[in-house]
Amino acid sequence: MTTEHAGPRALPADRERAPARLHADGVRLGYDDAVVADDLSVAIPDGEFTVIIGPNACGKSTLLRALARLLKPRTGGVYLDGKLIERYPAKQVARRLGLLPQTSVAPDGITVADLVARGRHPHQKLLRQWSSTDEAAVAAAMAATGVTELSARRVDTLSGGQRQRVWVAMVLAQQTELLLLDEPTTYLDLTHQLEILELCRDLHREHGRTLVAVLHDINHACRYATHLVAMRDGRIVAAGRPEAIVTAELIEEVFGLRSLVVPDPVCGAPMAVPYTRSTPGPPAAPVTSRPDSASSPTSDSPRPSTSDSPRPSTSDSPRPAASDAPSTVHIGH
Amino acid sequence: MTTSAPTRPTPSRGSGTPGLARTGGGRGGWFALTLLVLAAVVLLSVAIGAKNIAPHTVLDTLFGHRGSDDDLIVLDVRLPRTVLGLLVGAALGVAGALIQAMTRNPLADPGILGVNAGASFFVVLAVGAFGLTSIWSYIWFAFLGAVLATVAVYLVGSAGRGGGSPVRLTLAGVALSAVLTGIGSGITLLDPAAFDQLRYWKAGSLAGRGYDIVLAVLPFLLAGLAVAVAISRSLNAVALGDELAAGLGVRTTRIRLFGVVAVTLLCGAATAAVGPVAFVGLMVPHVARWLIGPDQRWIIAFSAVLAPVLLLVSDVLGRLVARPGELQVGIVTAVVGAPVLIYLVRRRQASGL
Amino acid sequence: MSLGTQHSDGPAAPSRVDFGRRVRILRRRRGSVSLRIDLRTAGVCLALTGLGVLVALIALGLGDFRVSVPDVVRALFGASDRAVGMVVVDWRLPRVLLALLLGAALGLSGGIFQSLTRNPLGSPDIVGFNTGAYTGALLVIVFVGGDHYLTAGGALVGGIVTAAAVYLLAFRRGVQGFRLIIVGIAVAAMLGSVNTWLLLRADLQTAMSAAVWGAGSLNGLGWGSVTPVAVLLAVLLPCVAVLGPKLKYLELGDDTARALGLRAEPLRLGLIVVGVALTAVATAAAGPISFVALAAPQVARRLTRTPGVGLLPAALLGAVLLLVSDQLAQHALPADLPVGVVTVSIGGAYLIWLLVKEARRQ
Repeated sequence: MTTEHAGPRALPADRERAPARLHADGVRLGYDDAVVADDLSVAIPDGEFTVIIGPNACGKSTLLRALARLLKPRTGGVYLDGKLIERYPAKQVARRLGLLPQTSVAPDGITVADLVARGRHPHQKLLRQWSSTDEAAVAAAMAATGVTELSARRVDTLSGGQRQRVWVAMVLAQQTELLLLDEPTTYLDLTHQLEILELCRDLHREHGRTLVAVLHDINHACRYATHLVAMRDGRIVAAGRPEAIVTAELIEEVFGLRSLVVPDPVCGAPMAVPYTRSTPGPPAAPVTSRPDSASSPTSDSPRPSTSDSPRPSTSDSPRPAASDAPSTVHIGH
Repeated sequence: MTTSAPTRPTPSRGSGTPGLARTGGGRGGWFALTLLVLAAVVLLSVAIGAKNIAPHTVLDTLFGHRGSDDDLIVLDVRLPRTVLGLLVGAALGVAGALIQAMTRNPLADPGILGVNAGASFFVVLAVGAFGLTSIWSYIWFAFLGAVLATVAVYLVGSAGRGGGSPVRLTLAGVALSAVLTGIGSGITLLDPAAFDQLRYWKAGSLAGRGYDIVLAVLPFLLAGLAVAVAISRSLNAVALGDELAAGLGVRTTRIRLFGVVAVTLLCGAATAAVGPVAFVGLMVPHVARWLIGPDQRWIIAFSAVLAPVLLLVSDVLGRLVARPGELQVGIVTAVVGAPVLIYLVRRRQASGL
Repeated sequence: MSLGTQHSDGPAAPSRVDFGRRVRILRRRRGSVSLRIDLRTAGVCLALTGLGVLVALIALGLGDFRVSVPDVVRALFGASDRAVGMVVVDWRLPRVLLALLLGAALGLSGGIFQSLTRNPLGSPDIVGFNTGAYTGALLVIVFVGGDHYLTAGGALVGGIVTAAAVYLLAFRRGVQGFRLIIVGIAVAAMLGSVNTWLLLRADLQTAMSAAVWGAGSLNGLGWGSVTPVAVLLAVLLPCVAVLGPKLKYLELGDDTARALGLRAEPLRLGLIVVGVALTAVATAAAGPISFVALAAPQVARRLTRTPGVGLLPAALLGAVLLLVSDQLAQHALPADLPVGVVTVSIGGAYLIWLLVKEARRQ
């Protein structure tokens, strides 16, 4: 299966007119007795890198699970190529849409190549277990994620970052045009977080894939997303290009956090620099009281690297709706 | 079981969800409550039997106001039996909590290290080869068997570098238990007298055990409890996985060794005293975990109180339902405990380990 | 990411991807058949098959009336005198076949459950099957005083009712693995108590015959048992062939399995039903032969050194284990003991030996 688009590729300009391949229409989502989101509609623009952000428990992972047909909406529906997603045979969906779930289990003693090869399941049949296409896809996926050298290693001997890349490789080996990633950067250090995000960007830029990721870090989201969906309490607060929608007001509305939004000195994307208790900022319109933790504005390196970040960020996610601005908030890079 | 990343709590699955009482105060309250329940059960256990005795008479007798006709029943029959139930229950509960924490396997019960199989095998030998038939002679054979079996399991399970993984320890226990059970049942199937003795011993019973038995096993139980308390803090780290534990400065091999020692002492002595009582050590730690969350120290404390509750309630019920005879406590525990366990696991998002 | 599609229709070729193990790729008929063969697993399977055939041939000659291996082969092809043919084909062959078939069924069943639960202690008994079957059989033996078929019937009913009850009790919007395990343990513990109680209230003679059944025995089984077992396995094995290969995806967790295009919940139910049915066949025929289901997958896994549990090696190992145990039970021990007593002993001993060896290698 090749990854060329079946139809004409939707350009960003006529995004509104062309129906998205994957969209949710008025869905109510929940687990057991709790309703997480109600009457939620979202369209995933084709060929773009969509990032869903929001505080913990805002329903962003739930939405992703619904889009990946892991969670059946109570009402409304998720549509893939114009048809309700649950109407497709499971394998057919899996050939079009790949998902990196939040939790997966690697069997004891499994090797990297073996795990990545399991991503080929949707393309295999009872007697066609390892075609040359399978082999090529696995090799390509491992190369793209830089785990080729690890291929004979046991997954349980790898570091957290390596493991996460192996799981991404498994999803890539599935060779789907749509890729959904549930918090792909959690548990990774900054370098590995950026590596995964760079990989996502390459996938959508160079291979024309449609990507959807749930991320915690608003600044990572702004930097890499071409389409941003901001959620809070089970509803979508704003959606659009990061430059168009990310403002101090949006950050406050979504995260309950006052901040200064400035252009990222490295790449120009919007960057939210939160005020903290020790540096509370002005009461109303923020002026130039920039927190001293902001990165050096003189760097003109095109690619972000750890050297850009004089202060390594913690992987702590922004806390939701804190009454006083938490001091452990992520400060970008 | 290798997880790609540490499991995160997701709304759908409550993996790692804290228990009902997450705060220290909540836990303290629950603990006081379970202690009260235990006290009530102890009173019942002394009061109820073939001849029921009024609770105030029981209290009078216990607090030194002798003179009633029931003194003899209370002091010489019911009290040692109840004390033994308390001790054995606590031992089994704590041993269960330890073994589940060490092997990180929710299916593990104290018997997994071969304690029950070793004890049973040696009782088979005592009966089959030496013709011994008194409880008093069983107890040392059973204890010796339990200790030897556990040592063997530990040696096989932790041979090699790195002290072996929990899975290897578990499998070694299962394998050795199987061999001992196989040979043991081979012998009993050929020797009807031994078979007859064994089927009663294997049911597990608190009946007919006096102070001598209590005193015989008491030192081992106390030593085992002391070791368990000493290592409980480190077990919190071990429960996270060997690598993380090592990262937190815990020497997993040594902790595991002490854990095995504690389980052997506790479970071996308990089994020697009353026969193999299954299920208590398996169930109670799960209930404790759901009640108060994943802190091993609290799990051990709650297990030490909840397990005797289960054992004594079962013992009392066993006396009630089959009057004038009684049902062995080992038979009743599962019948009483299992519905509770099923109810709990259905009711809430029960967490694994 | 469309890379060139090259079909190498040649003979088995090495893989371009390094799996950390020796594999051979087999592609035939312009790519409509393509398999990745793990050399060590294939070798283990071949060796086990050879061993099974060899032991079977020897076993057919063992007994009061000894027959040499060449004579056994001749008898199997109908080329020997009638007396030898009767001893080998009519008397001994059904028992040998049953040992192989039931051992394979138990090994498969254990493999399925250990993979489903991702737990080396997983066995059909986590849904309480064996305990329930024992309860059913005990009820028949103690209260009805049943013959072989009644006991088997009681065991089947008891086992299936128990398994269904456990599944239903654990069901709350799908069956979560952990909940299934706990409910299974609880129900099995309860029935275990009932079993102990039944054994205690029976007279000694009845209790001992019940215990013999409870250990599992192939004594007195003939062609009359082979036919139903063979028919049932002929139905079940294709199910295993279709569902079994999906296990390795379920092992990755439900979310991942579903993302890869599997319907996790129906698949798991199907696998549980097939696994229970395999055990049910064995239990009905020979009683609850313990430990084969538990040991076979673990031993096989250590021989093949694969991650996860391989079903084919587990089945072959189960077959060999049960056959060897049964021969020992018949010929090597002073009295005619039930085979279950032997399987636990030699299976356990072998597992211990493997664990020690594994420790040395590390």
